[in-house]
Amino acid sequence: MTPRTPGGGKTLPSTYTPAPGRRFNVGDRVKIKRLFPPGHRRTPYYIRGVIERVCGAFPNPEELAYGFAGEPRRVLYRVRFEQRHVWPDYRGPARDIIEMEIFEHWLDPVAGGVRADDPDQRG
Amino acid sequence: MSEQSFDYYAKHQHGHVHDEHAPAAGEKAGPPSEHEIMSRAMQELLEEKGLITAEEIRRRMEIFDEEFPYRGSRVIVRAWTDPAFKERLLKDGKAACAEMGVDLEADRLIAVENTPEVHNVIVCTLCSCYPRSLLGMPPTWYKSDNYRARVVHEPRAVLKEFGTVLPDNVTVRVHDSNADMRYVVVPMRPSGTEGWSEEQLAEMLTRDTMVGVTVPRAPLR
Repeated sequence: MTPRTPGGGKTLPSTYTPAPGRRFNVGDRVKIKRLFPPGHRRTPYYIRGVIERVCGAFPNPEELAYGFAGEPRRVLYRVRFEQRHVWPDYRGPARDIIEMEIFEHWLDPVAGGVRADDPDQRG
Repeated sequence: MSEQSFDYYAKHQHGHVHDEHAPAAGEKAGPPSEHEIMSRAMQELLEEKGLITAEEIRRRMEIFDEEFPYRGSRVIVRAWTDPAFKERLLKDGKAACAEMGVDLEADRLIAVENTPEVHNVIVCTLCSCYPRSLLGMPPTWYKSDNYRARVVHEPRAVLKEFGTVLPDNVTVRVHDSNADMRYVVVPMRPSGTEGWSEEQLAEMLTRDTMVGVTVPRAPLR
């Protein structure tokens, strides 16, 4: 994917790869699935958050880690968590947040937290 | 190899390539690590097969040192001086950089804006993901276990160690660059810098301001 000769001032298309047919939209409340697939793979299933952004579809890192092509691609989201939910001993104010990238197949909806389609999101 | 005192080929002939005490990385003197040897062997194979040349690799290293580290401040100065550009940068970082002729290559960029209400800071808890094509190579502390573990758990304490103290009414927003996206912070432009040249503005925009561990400060003039 990376061009060998960089810095030529060449323009590239948008960073956002399309993610049609995705399961979640911005503002949806989600939780991490409890998953223990074979090999050195597992999910942080204790955590709940809110979809901050749809990043697009990317090769599945669980497959890349074992030398496969990562297809089919999976939709990647940025999920926002409240620090006090993540760390019971968090010492900062309640308003502090942490955001991280989570793939769709690691997420489950929180009951009542998923809205209909969000027309503002690309994809 | 960067080690001036070490003759890779001489060592190789004598079969002493493996040294358990070799540093894992860095510029220290001594024999190369296993990874350095593998990387060197790979380079030699690729050169032998005619797929890349030593000149291409040298040029690539030069770009990392001499071009990439200066791109970030150019992009942020533009965002400070052109509100429409800033909007495009926040919406789609890579496309906005491409507009300026800054090709981020494989990096997909999310620009996050500091405001009086929100301060952003970037980390990669899993390894050392970093917007290299925008800021150059990451600093050593960015890759350290200490920073990676602590900035997600006690970001305010870590920021304080960098000399950045934020009041409680400012949200600290930590971004874990743990998958396919890369991040850059758009700091707040300091007051009193109206009418400054792009060069003057760029001077304040150090690497650390764009990672979010500090904020730009106008020097006394």
